[in-house]
Amino acid sequence: MKYMLIMRGNDEAVASFADVDFDEMLEAMGRFNDELISSGVLVAAEGLDPAEEGVVVDYSSTPPVVTDGPYGETKELFGGYYILDVASKEEAVEWAKRLPMTRPGIKTEIRRVPSIDEFPQDNPYVQRERAWREANGQL
Amino acid sequence: MTGPGATRAAVEAVWRIESAHIVSSLARHTGDFALAEDVAQEALAQALVTWPRDGVPANPAGWLLTTARRRAIDAFRRRSALDERYAALAHQADEAEEPDWDPDRIEDDVLALMFISCHPVLSRESQVALTLRVVGGLTSDEIARGFLVPTATVQARITRAKKTLAAANVPFEVPPPDERRERLGPVLSVVYLIFTEGSSATGGSALIRTDLAREAVRQARVLAHLVPDEPEVHGLLALLELTAARFSARLDADGEPVLLEDQDRRRWDRSAIVRGRAALAQAGKVGRGLGAYGVQAAIAETHAVAPSVADTDWGRIVVLYEALGRLAPSPVVELNRAVAVSMADGPAAALPIVDDLVETGALPGSHLLPTVRGELLTRLGRTDEARRELEDAVRLCGSEPERRVLDRKLAALGPE
Repeated sequence: MKYMLIMRGNDEAVASFADVDFDEMLEAMGRFNDELISSGVLVAAEGLDPAEEGVVVDYSSTPPVVTDGPYGETKELFGGYYILDVASKEEAVEWAKRLPMTRPGIKTEIRRVPSIDEFPQDNPYVQRERAWREANGQL
Repeated sequence: MTGPGATRAAVEAVWRIESAHIVSSLARHTGDFALAEDVAQEALAQALVTWPRDGVPANPAGWLLTTARRRAIDAFRRRSALDERYAALAHQADEAEEPDWDPDRIEDDVLALMFISCHPVLSRESQVALTLRVVGGLTSDEIARGFLVPTATVQARITRAKKTLAAANVPFEVPPPDERRERLGPVLSVVYLIFTEGSSATGGSALIRTDLAREAVRQARVLAHLVPDEPEVHGLLALLELTAARFSARLDADGEPVLLEDQDRRRWDRSAIVRGRAALAQAGKVGRGLGAYGVQAAIAETHAVAPSVADTDWGRIVVLYEALGRLAPSPVVELNRAVAVSMADGPAAALPIVDDLVETGALPGSHLLPTVRGELLTRLGRTDEARRELEDAVRLCGSEPERRVLDRKLAALGPE
């Protein structure tokens, strides 16, 4: 079963990482990632650039409003994700508990990733996306 | 997620992740694999009692390791074996409850654990039970459910295995390089066997027990990480990923098995196919050619990339089965070659291969031979002979769902 670990943090917690030495962070994350690999559970993972380097598209009005930087009223910023192939939700939770570089204000949400056969097979868009995934090695 | 049930699930999740580390660490420090497995199980049993009552400790892995170490110390005291190993253990038990696994050390230990669980002095059943228990962190109950045997049988197999290893004085170590390839054989066989048990219930009604199959895939990934210079390790991983990719299409909405030719290929798991093909490419990159697992993976890959049965490169599959027949000759391989030949060159070309197998008395008591022969005779229009073969197959088939498939084929032949 595939689970996504969705890492979030509030503004203060995310800002406080600015003080952390980059090599130290690389070391801590690297060790954790190595554990996932050597346990045979890692499927995919990505981290994101800081939110202020992004833009936000807001659909509260028509046409939508585009603004620079993090979403103004957000309580938690999305920072990155893992997809793990594990035996149970509890196992995904146990891995999440071991994430390094956590502190108050950081949270991980855990959600199941449905498998391919849970979608309508006769939908042409599902079929086209599948063909694209196959051609591009997209998991 | 609250209540005793949730806590139990949490304990089991920790155990799944940590059992191999805990058992192998204890085995290395005590020099006694059987003792290590015993005390690790005692620690798990204690966690199942204590954690639901007092809450899950902040460092569950550390708690388990420390508890197990204390039990090991008690065991040494009881045996009056107060040597330097005891002193080292006692010193470790006094340390903080924080297992600081050294990644390189732990990887060697896990590999040593896989080798000892699959040691050639053990019976195949014991190897499988021990591997699932110490490497996979499954309980005896889970293993028993997976293999459709009583829990007591699994426990007896594990107890016997530990006695056998102790009696044979098997050291807890990764075999030296000159023995490693030979010793890898049983490890790969056991992982493959766990997978096949998980993908087809012999004599059971559930066709796929994905939890066992998933654990086998995980172990194959671990091996590919730990022994990257062996093509067959990548070949095995490729074979398992590519086979598991078809799981979701192998049963219809009513839980009935669907034959490869009738499967909705849109339901195959493309991400598993991608991972399997990557592993197969890796097996090729290592050099020295493909072994038996690699060739089987190449066959699975040929199916995986084909849009339909008709558009499958059956010629390539025939060649691959010929190669497999040289690497690992067996009647089942020969039978599969016959099926591939029938798809590439028609049933008339395939029948002599099957007839030769019948001639030599191959696969006695198995439904496979009459199933294939019945199929070929059906396609050749030799209906009466086909009916007799398929009736034999039904009689010999132990799996209820597969029997229903055969019944449908018989019904399609019409009345005599």
